[in-house]
Amino acid sequence: MEAAELLEISLRSLWVAGLATLVAAFPAVPLGLWLALKGGGGIFGRILLYAGLALPSVVVGLFFYLLLSRSGLLGSLGLLYTPYAMVLAEAVLAFPLIAAFVLSGARGRVEEVRLLVRSLGGKEGQVLPTLFWESRRTLAAALAAGFGGAISEVGAATLVGGDIRHHTRVLTTAIVVETRKGELESALALGFILLGVALLVTALLVILERE
Amino acid sequence: MSTVLRAQGLVHRYGDFRLEVPRLEVHPGEILAVLGPSGSGKTTLLRLLAGLLSPEEGQVEGGFRAYLPQTPPLLRRSVLENAAFGLLLRGVPRRQALARADGLLKRVGLEGKARQPAHLLSGGEAVRLALARTLLVEPAALLLDEPTASLDPANTLKVEALLQEAARGGRGVVLATHDLFQVRRLAHRVVFLFQGQVVEEAPVDRFFQSPKDSRSQAFLEGRLLP
Repeated sequence: MEAAELLEISLRSLWVAGLATLVAAFPAVPLGLWLALKGGGGIFGRILLYAGLALPSVVVGLFFYLLLSRSGLLGSLGLLYTPYAMVLAEAVLAFPLIAAFVLSGARGRVEEVRLLVRSLGGKEGQVLPTLFWESRRTLAAALAAGFGGAISEVGAATLVGGDIRHHTRVLTTAIVVETRKGELESALALGFILLGVALLVTALLVILERE
Repeated sequence: MSTVLRAQGLVHRYGDFRLEVPRLEVHPGEILAVLGPSGSGKTTLLRLLAGLLSPEEGQVEGGFRAYLPQTPPLLRRSVLENAAFGLLLRGVPRRQALARADGLLKRVGLEGKARQPAHLLSGGEAVRLALARTLLVEPAALLLDEPTASLDPANTLKVEALLQEAARGGRGVVLATHDLFQVRRLAHRVVFLFQGQVVEEAPVDRFFQSPKDSRSQAFLEGRLLP
């Protein structure tokens, strides 16, 4: 595999996983904070959320395949076998990871923050934004977890992306292809790049967390 | 006589515990000590007075009451931003809030620490910061739950000086404490709670010299169990 193609695949992996993390974070962060404010969302809420952590990626991939295929409900959008289909599937997989991290991080601070806001004459509606800012370190960890889940995912990416060269091929699907071809050196190199990218992004988030 | 805080017919229940306060008033410039053994309802009373708990019966009237818990919560921000937090909650523009907070930090002896993270403060400094934050929102009454319980004598005296200054400024101060020496030093009046009931209310000198209730007397002599 040439260096230019390697770079192209790496960059695609980064933006697909990055965008999926962002798409997932928009609903997942408020949900995690809201569940924390509501005392954890009750036992059933938590079971549902934590069950999402074990969501099989091929099942998510299959769901999106059926949804986006020509005869599917959203088939007319023509998203199947595009990076955007991969973004959607990976966002669904990253969503429970991010929400669960935010919930577990914010839960321990809810009463303290609520007491502080209310004892200074603030309104209940000011608790959530304060909690958001107080949980920013957890948010960094949650985003890192979501990104890690998205970039290392292979089942859904293969099903809805199709591993099309120069179009939807990402690091994980390329590793599978290279291994099947017996190109173990290339597969290993791709594996190290994947590890490096995951490490780099996580390191960035940890540095941000320290700030 | 004017009041900054008036409670009437307060009743609050949780589990088997029932707190009853028929009448309680705090006047401007007054420091009222709430005494009582552990579990007598001091914290609950302060939270009811602050409006953080809703009574089953009765009402609390008065201006804004700010509550300071025993371990004041600090935000994961700088000392200065913590001090300004109450003002920011009230919509005071950030620059103005920080300037006012900076001024008050000087008064509480934390001027050199404004930029450092609040969690690095010592216990005494944290209480002074929390007091500064509370004073900045200009409450009519300050409700403090054992603010010096974990402080050394020097820090205790600094906090007490701030409370006296607040009272001199016309605020009412309600202070729940176990420190009888502190009550003697600071308070004008004492309310003594036992098992959720106000069993005695008296000016501080009279309370210490001739407590009317046998339970107050036993408490002062260290014989009263919760």
